[in-house]
Amino acid sequence: MNWTWFYKLGSPKWFYETANKLLPWFLWAGVLMLVVGSVWGLVFAPEDYQQGNSFRIIYLHVPSAILAQSCYMMMAVAAIINLVWKMKLADMFIASAAPIGAAFTFLALFTGAVWGKPTWGTWWVWDARLTAMLVLLFLYFGVIALRSALDNIDLASRASAILVLVGVVNIPIIKYSVEWWNTLHQPATFTLTEKPAMPSEMWIPLLVMVIGMYCFFTAVALMRIKNEILLRERRTKWVQVIIAEEGKR
Amino acid sequence: MNFETFTEFLLMGGHGLYVWLSYGVGFFIILLVYIQPVLARRSIIQELSQRLRREAQNKASDPKNAQERKVVAQEITGGNE
Repeated sequence: MNWTWFYKLGSPKWFYETANKLLPWFLWAGVLMLVVGSVWGLVFAPEDYQQGNSFRIIYLHVPSAILAQSCYMMMAVAAIINLVWKMKLADMFIASAAPIGAAFTFLALFTGAVWGKPTWGTWWVWDARLTAMLVLLFLYFGVIALRSALDNIDLASRASAILVLVGVVNIPIIKYSVEWWNTLHQPATFTLTEKPAMPSEMWIPLLVMVIGMYCFFTAVALMRIKNEILLRERRTKWVQVIIAEEGKR
Repeated sequence: MNFETFTEFLLMGGHGLYVWLSYGVGFFIILLVYIQPVLARRSIIQELSQRLRREAQNKASDPKNAQERKVVAQEITGGNE
């Protein structure tokens, strides 16, 4: 297997330039799919025979919940890479992804609460799935707080990588909570092995939203990593050239 | 199209408040997640370019002055720098 791409990741300059090329594609694909998916889900999808129109919240709730969890898994992979190979870029990814993950975890919790009111009759229950999601939000807050509390960048990098790895236990708990315990929360909509239980007019817009959310996440993560690179590599010649050019405007 | 009229669409069969509250907050958060790094980039570039200009000015200033500054600094620190 050819590993040159992995070594290239060690070069912030190469990454910055590649991110610049990829960014508009991910951003516009993401925005387009989010708009199309929302309109499709809000206007064209049929209503649910039990939940009526309140089920349309699913098109926002499920994509943000999926993203909140996979963002954490990506951070965990970055944490391992950071601890084993001390790759600067992996640490920049953790720093960049944590606030985005927190935002989407909050959105999943919020839309879940708003959806719960008409469906379960309550905004919140201390149920396994909901509580584990709340723990995920606090894990994100923990990573952000830890990083801002430590001025030493190497220490912050190692400490947050370890915190991310410890918090990984929460991810299978979120995923299997609906199977392990009795819960109000309904089971997963998408599984790898089975067809969704809903008709295709309902789940196709949901899939569009999920993919759109991933593209949007990639775009904003790249934007944040670029910012991190500018800050941390400010002593290098190539960053100073960029700064000098853009600072004139 | 699942709705007959626009009013029906807004009412969402009595669930309008829940649906629109969710989508409103969702739109706001997505917008925030996008705008934050845009603003951050602007302030990073502003700050770093100011610093760059300051350093360039220091370098461009008279080398004799720079030599004097060094001597003064040595006197203050007692040459233990």
